[in-house]
Formats: sequence, structure tokens, C-alpha cells
Amino acid sequence: MRLQKATQCALFAVVELARDSERQISAADIAEKFGISANHLAKVLRDLARARLVESMRGAGGGYRFCGNAKRVTLYEIVVLFEDIDTHDAGFPETGEDPDIGHALNNVMTEIEQIAVSTLKSITLTTLIKQMERSSH
Amino acid sequence: MSTEADRAENIGKFSIRGAQASDVAAVTGIDTRITSHSKPDYWADMFERYGNRTNRFFLIAEDQENTVIGFIIGEVRAWEFGSKPSGWVFAMGVDPENRLNKVGTTLFDAMCDCLAKAGVDTVRTMLARDDELNMTFFRSQGMMGGPFIQLEMPLGNDGH
Repeated sequence: MRLQKATQCALFAVVELARDSERQISAADIAEKFGISANHLAKVLRDLARARLVESMRGAGGGYRFCGNAKRVTLYEIVVLFEDIDTHDAGFPETGEDPDIGHALNNVMTEIEQIAVSTLKSITLTTLIKQMERSSH
Repeated sequence: MSTEADRAENIGKFSIRGAQASDVAAVTGIDTRITSHSKPDYWADMFERYGNRTNRFFLIAEDQENTVIGFIIGEVRAWEFGSKPSGWVFAMGVDPENRLNKVGTTLFDAMCDCLAKAGVDTVRTMLARDDELNMTFFRSQGMMGGPFIQLEMPLGNDGH
């Protein structure tokens, strides 16, 4: 599973904001920190706000802050906002004279997709942040 | 794994000890509440095989009123498909009313201590892919995907 740019931006933004949910950070600061397009990030942040994962704060010192429950929100909940995930059909045609090849390839790709999804569903933001802290010590 | 502060906060609320034969009914009860399947013979057999054994650990969490509120079972396994001796956790349960009180974390920490004292430096477990509750718990303790992968097939097909 290779994630799209929008998904990568969303993961960077949410994890950065969830590290300290009291802190407000501007889209420009997040974009600069991770070397991503500010315009692209602005659109992603609007999508994240609609999903009630971040909220926009107005006024001086305004910006975005995380407003979900980091102990409950998993990476999957962020990824699925931007990716088309199908754990039942990898898209190989199973028609024509020999549908067996398509069927067998779909089985392999579905297995990979299901493992990826269960991995993403099992990692909360708190778990990821703890993992980062452990590896930085 | 929990911090020292977490552990200190929980002292007095519940304690961890080795399982006794008299705990089997309570363990069966917790498992029944979680899985909706009562398996008294299975848990009695687990105690026979893992209670008070060398390199096998059956631990109980007990509250201040001596009520069993959780359990964990693990052992040291060695040399399966080249794996050097490692710890295996293969059963765990926390009474649903006592979740989010760090009972599971404390049981897991105690199991890790037992396994480390037994001389291994890695702990493993195996879970159903869709078991999000336990998967999330073990991930939160720092566990990650390891170098082994579980494979299976139905028996009876293709001449097997």
C-alpha cells in the first residue's frame, strides 16, 4: 500500500497536532516543518476538520489543533478519509476464458490489503506517539 | 509498557500473583463474559499445564476484596522454525467492568518480568486479524509485527 500525498499530509498533520492537543499550529508552520505544499495541506486540514479530527481556531495565535481522542483514533481512521480501500477486491478481472489467474491474484492482493488494514486499525495515535518517544530515547 | 508513575498509582488498587486452582472458576467467568462461551474444562486444563510450572506463567490480577479481575498466561517457547527461545503470551482477559484501569497493562508488565527472569529477551503473541481490542492493546504496549507470519489452510482439500 503506497499512500497518496494527501494521506501523507494528513498523517503528518494529525500526529503533529495530537502530540500536544492544547497547542495550536498554523497550516503554514506544519507545511514548513514537513516540507509539504501549504495549499495541499490546507485542503487536507479542511477534510480533517469535517471528520472532527482537527479544529480551526480563529484570532491571534490561531491555527489548528487536534480535537479527537488520541487513545481511540487509529491510523486507519485517517487513511480511510483519503484512500480507496477495498479489502475484498483488488481489481484483477476474473472474466474471460481463464478467470482463475485473476481470482488467484485477487486472493493474494486481498490478503496483503487485509493485513495492512488490520495493522492500521490497531495503531492509535497515542501508540504511535509513544513509539516515536521510545525510539528517540 | 507502563511507567513507574503508572505502577505506583495502581499499588493498592489491585495486585498480581500466581494463579491457584481456586481461581479457575473466576477465570472461566471472565472469559465467558468476554467471549460468550463457557469453557470450564479448558481453563482447568490450562491451570494444570501452566499453574506453578517452570518457565510457564499463569498470573492473576486480584482487587482489594480478593476478587479476580484479570488473568494472563504465557510461557517460554524454543526453536520453532528457527526461533530462539522467546516468550509467548497466548491468553489474557480483563473483566469488562475493570477495563481502562491499567489491569491489562500491569498483568502484561508482570508477565514480561517473569519471561525476562526466565532468560528470554523477546515476547510474542498471535491474534486474529480482526481482534481490534487485543491488537490495539498489545500495540499500545509496544509490540509490533515480528519476523514470523502465521499461515494456514483448510484440511481435506487437494489430497491433504
